[in-house]
Amino acid sequence: MSRLAAKFDELSKSGRKALIPFLTAGDPHPNFTVPMMHAMVEAGVDIIELGVPFSDPMADGPVIQKASERALAHKMSLRKVLNIVAEFRRKDDQTPVVLMGYLNPIEAMGYEDFANAAQRVEIDGVLTVDLPPEEADFCVSLLKERGIDPVFLLAPNSNEERIRKMDAAGSGYIYYVSLKGVTGAGHLNTADVEERLKLIRANTRLPIGIGFGVKDAETAKTVAHLGDGVVVGSALISKIEANLDNPEQACSEIVDLLKAMRAAMDE
Amino acid sequence: MTQHYNLPDERGHFGPYGGKFVAETLMGPIQELEEAYLRYMQDPEFLTELDADLQHYVGRPSPLYHAERWSRHLGGAQLYLKREDLNHTGAHKVNNTIGQALLAKRMGKTRIIAETGAGQHGVATATVAARLGLECVVYMGAVDVARQSLNVYRMKLLGAKVVAVESGSKTLKDALNEALRDWVTNVDNTFYIIGTVAGPHPYPAMVRDFQTVIGREAKEQCLTMTGRLPDALVACVGGGSNAIGLFYPFIDDASVKMYGVEAAGDGVETGRHSAPLCAGRPGVLHGNRTYLIEDDDGEIIETHSISAGLDYPGVGPEHAWLKDSGRAEYVNITDDEALKGFHDLTEMEGIIPALESSHAIAYTTKLAPTMPKDSIIIINLSGRGDKDIMTLAQREGIEL
Ligand SMILES: Cc1ncc(COP(=O)(O)O)c(C=O)c1O
Repeated sequence: MSRLAAKFDELSKSGRKALIPFLTAGDPHPNFTVPMMHAMVEAGVDIIELGVPFSDPMADGPVIQKASERALAHKMSLRKVLNIVAEFRRKDDQTPVVLMGYLNPIEAMGYEDFANAAQRVEIDGVLTVDLPPEEADFCVSLLKERGIDPVFLLAPNSNEERIRKMDAAGSGYIYYVSLKGVTGAGHLNTADVEERLKLIRANTRLPIGIGFGVKDAETAKTVAHLGDGVVVGSALISKIEANLDNPEQACSEIVDLLKAMRAAMDE
Repeated sequence: MTQHYNLPDERGHFGPYGGKFVAETLMGPIQELEEAYLRYMQDPEFLTELDADLQHYVGRPSPLYHAERWSRHLGGAQLYLKREDLNHTGAHKVNNTIGQALLAKRMGKTRIIAETGAGQHGVATATVAARLGLECVVYMGAVDVARQSLNVYRMKLLGAKVVAVESGSKTLKDALNEALRDWVTNVDNTFYIIGTVAGPHPYPAMVRDFQTVIGREAKEQCLTMTGRLPDALVACVGGGSNAIGLFYPFIDDASVKMYGVEAAGDGVETGRHSAPLCAGRPGVLHGNRTYLIEDDDGEIIETHSISAGLDYPGVGPEHAWLKDSGRAEYVNITDDEALKGFHDLTEMEGIIPALESSHAIAYTTKLAPTMPKDSIIIINLSGRGDKDIMTLAQREGIEL
């Protein structure tokens, strides 16, 4: 069983939901990332989505766009993100890490080289925003052969046929994007999500992580009731953006928010 | 080529290129668009309306003009200019925006968005939106807004809202990113009119199909005027829509050579250029796999060209395929060479070409003398140069 599957299994047995923070690797500085990841684990998160910065983040709102730009200004790259995970693994071989980003850096590195390197540093899942299952056969089999879960996104307008496609191609979990829009946009509508989740559940047994629009402990709690995991990104990155001259402050504000979410979700 | 050319396949692939590399939220909308496009391109009523608009609103057919003085001067092939500069709004772009806007209307979309670099596609989109009474938002990199203020004003006069994009390199590629973000957010009522043969399937095929009117007319006109097919076609390549529009109807005519001219900026060897086919490598951007200008890590690099319409790090996936298959040849022309082409045509034929088209002109000055006097080259004069007068004056140190 993959580390992701085992994690969701363990959570479901204890009646808890996964707290999944998103962090752009190398933002605001390459040295920030590994200590931040460890601090997140201490704050009670279950899985970490580590963003690979890209020059053209088409699906991201301004907060994560700027995080990407800050990381790229420090010459962050896919290879360096892999090194970051290797360093994280020296102290933590338990917490699943999912890389999240766009296809072109993987294409540039070469699919096989990437898959081998990802396996070597014990990456658990890969989520590529602009790689739908229709184009993913090759990449999916390279990852699965190495025990890495390909994680796919579902959107509010994904129909039943597409949900089944994700179910067939993906593993680990499915990431449900709760609203039509870019990361960091608006507030999610609980009733809508609840309705969509019924359709999704009817077509897949994979765990569902819900993200986009989770900004505070309150929303995290509500969303936790609907899915199997809660993904929070822009709300955390905003703390980095607000404290560019004081990364320690950013780190402690992120930890506080995650702890509050954890507590609310476990109530 | 013995086989009939028949790309893309049903998944939108041109060999390894093209495809649908978009976020999940856009998969539904591009599917819906594909269905509408396939349906209406077979629909006699739609095609009749399109033809009528092209004739009465755009002013088609555009002339095929034998540039005798220029041909004599170069001393080789006979040069024929396909006069897309004479279209309404001054470039080939409107052939596509007319078609997509009619499609948007059929699909019941009330809001149009577009990206633009030089502003030509933005103007062509704002024009058709005004005519159909549709809301129009145009995304334009902040750098381009500053250097193309005339077109920004034209779009505003036409009732469009122009949004200056401040992210990334603040140019065309970032405008495209922002338009995609808008589309993801407003998919229900919004139609995205992409300005070139890029983006996810069906855009590369659909924009091509709307632009092939250029090549269909040129072929017929050439046969009528000279009794035979041309020996070569020359067109500039930004995203590649004017080039594919001219090339496509000739693809199965193996005797017709095709030259796509990319922008070499300061020279491809300097790294400051916009020539992905000549100096890039395959990757995935803006929904399709194609040649890109990128660094070793797969990050897209800023491009350079004197002509804003060619200043794009990617190129339509069909050109990537035509390059690999050897059916078309891709060459490049520097800023300085393009400027010389601009002056040549202006002085010798009394036609002021767009800086984009000047790249095709400049390459022709190299190609024509190598060909016999009874051979024929058709050059796509994709747009007129009025929009570039300020850039030119500035570059040549002339105060207006
Ligand atoms: C006159 C003209 N020619 C050519 C182009 C380049 O586009 P494409 O390669 O799609 O024809 C542009 C783009 O703005 C243009 O305005």
